[in-house]
Amino acid sequence: METPKPLVQAIKFIALLVSVVLVIVPFWTVIATSFADEETINANAGGMVMWPTGFTVSSYEALLNGGVVTRALVISVLVTVVGTLLSLAVTACLAYWLSRPGALGAKPMLLLVLGSVLFSPGLIPNYLVVKELGLLDNYWSLILPVMVNGFNVIVMRAFFQNLPRELFESAAIDGASSATVLVKIVLPLSKAVLAVIGLFYAVAYWNAFFNALLYIQSADKWPMALVLRTFVVNQTTIGGDQVGATEALPPQLSLQMAILVMATVPILIVYPFLQKHFAKGVMIGAVKG
Amino acid sequence: MASQVVDDHTIARRRRVRPDLLLVGIGLPGGIALILFQYFPLAFNVIAFQDYQPYLGIGQSSWVGFQNFSFLWDGNPQFLNALTNTLILTLIQTVLVFPIPLAFALMLNSLAGERLKRLLQSVLYLPHFMSWVIVVALFQQMLGDAGMLNTFLIQNDFDMVQIIGVPDLFKTLLTSQIIWKDTGWGTIIFLAALSQIDQEQYEAAAVDGAGPLRRMWSITLPSIRGLFILLLILRLGNSLSVGFEQIILQQGPVGLEASEVLDTWVYNNGIIGGNWSMASAVGLFKMMVGIVLVIGANKLAHLFGERGVYEK
Repeated sequence: METPKPLVQAIKFIALLVSVVLVIVPFWTVIATSFADEETINANAGGMVMWPTGFTVSSYEALLNGGVVTRALVISVLVTVVGTLLSLAVTACLAYWLSRPGALGAKPMLLLVLGSVLFSPGLIPNYLVVKELGLLDNYWSLILPVMVNGFNVIVMRAFFQNLPRELFESAAIDGASSATVLVKIVLPLSKAVLAVIGLFYAVAYWNAFFNALLYIQSADKWPMALVLRTFVVNQTTIGGDQVGATEALPPQLSLQMAILVMATVPILIVYPFLQKHFAKGVMIGAVKG
Repeated sequence: MASQVVDDHTIARRRRVRPDLLLVGIGLPGGIALILFQYFPLAFNVIAFQDYQPYLGIGQSSWVGFQNFSFLWDGNPQFLNALTNTLILTLIQTVLVFPIPLAFALMLNSLAGERLKRLLQSVLYLPHFMSWVIVVALFQQMLGDAGMLNTFLIQNDFDMVQIIGVPDLFKTLLTSQIIWKDTGWGTIIFLAALSQIDQEQYEAAAVDGAGPLRRMWSITLPSIRGLFILLLILRLGNSLSVGFEQIILQQGPVGLEASEVLDTWVYNNGIIGGNWSMASAVGLFKMMVGIVLVIGANKLAHLFGERGVYEK
């Protein structure tokens, strides 16, 4: 294969470099501003800071001192942890059922799973079901409606189907029940796909805004997404009493950016560990789905 | 010894004949959850044919036939506005935005250096994992009146540019946010498909004197055509969903005329306004359009000899 022309190669490289900068700069300046003190922000005409010359963690101290942001963090962490564990368990079990050849009822169920990927029932019917189940303004409304994601079921089923057949055959000869096969053979061999799907679920729970907006009514049950909308997107002033502050608050901008960082950082932390599995997980879903 | 083997086989066969109820039991909780929250809600669409009053419930509310669907023929200006905005955004997202990940995948794929490629990918995937609240907040901080761009312009004695909250720029803003968030992630699936193409084809074509463009046109693009069509059909089912979260977050400053789409209309009139029946009629209409589009596109794909989402 001949080498490509240097000019073409350079243009491609520059285009990719520019996109990388466009992705990184917003994150960087948000983080920098959240750590900047009042003088640095004022010196910058009250705007976003690229480099926090006056470094302070006072925004974080003020926000984590109890009050609305601290509570939202705890709620989001709990919903994410409980939701992800439940989702993983239920999704793996459903995918296992659908992956075994000739399993009773697996065919119609698979069709229902596929249909759920293609269409969604709509906002009003979803709301009415949650309401009828008595889940309005309840944390479970953030978990149960999104507990099973059809796409994730399909990806996991495809992964299970690719496990060596001989394992299942020898287990059947040994008289192992399907539960034993799942726990002793399937799950231990599926750590990669469990990690990817777990990440997908965790990110969805952590980011959940739509369901929180629809179903959570009291402000003291807000997860991070609603706090973010109120104080950062809508720029509602953060009052001292709301965050339980005892002294004067740092500048609003740096408080807002600290909220934004706290909503973003958990994703940034888990991201590198699981990133290597992405391509694999998505590809299985695409090829088999 | 031999009979022992035969016995095991018979046992295994017998076990296969008897339905494995334990297996069904293992899978069922997930199945029930899926049915409860993805299919059971469909039944609640009956309120589209009622004058639904929450305090009466479905049982007591009166039936009104197709009256709630009158938005389809009486030229309701609010509905027409929401429909127009939705269609424009659908068109932009399908025609303009949808192929961008493919272009990026082609660029990344032709880049020399495995490590550099992987590094670029890690960075470009990242925005996909940010929620719309975060993306909208980031855009405000970058492009808003008090954002980084305008702070920079003012400090250097330029005029500031208003981008956020301007109705005329709203669709451009939405589109650039979508591109920022999902271009990188969209490349994964194309990169996977590109890596499946037999490299010998390229070498043979190069020997025959085919230039880079010719090779892309005659080898690369045909190899991923099936995938491209599959993704397009998958998109169509939700093509009238043009981003509820993204829009509802930014609706305030720009006003309804520029920003109202079908999904936000359903939310604003149903959940907020209490006009449950008409809102669910619009939702039902939207779902029907999605179903027709998917089935139609799949038929079309079959006509052109592609696999589509499901076989004939």
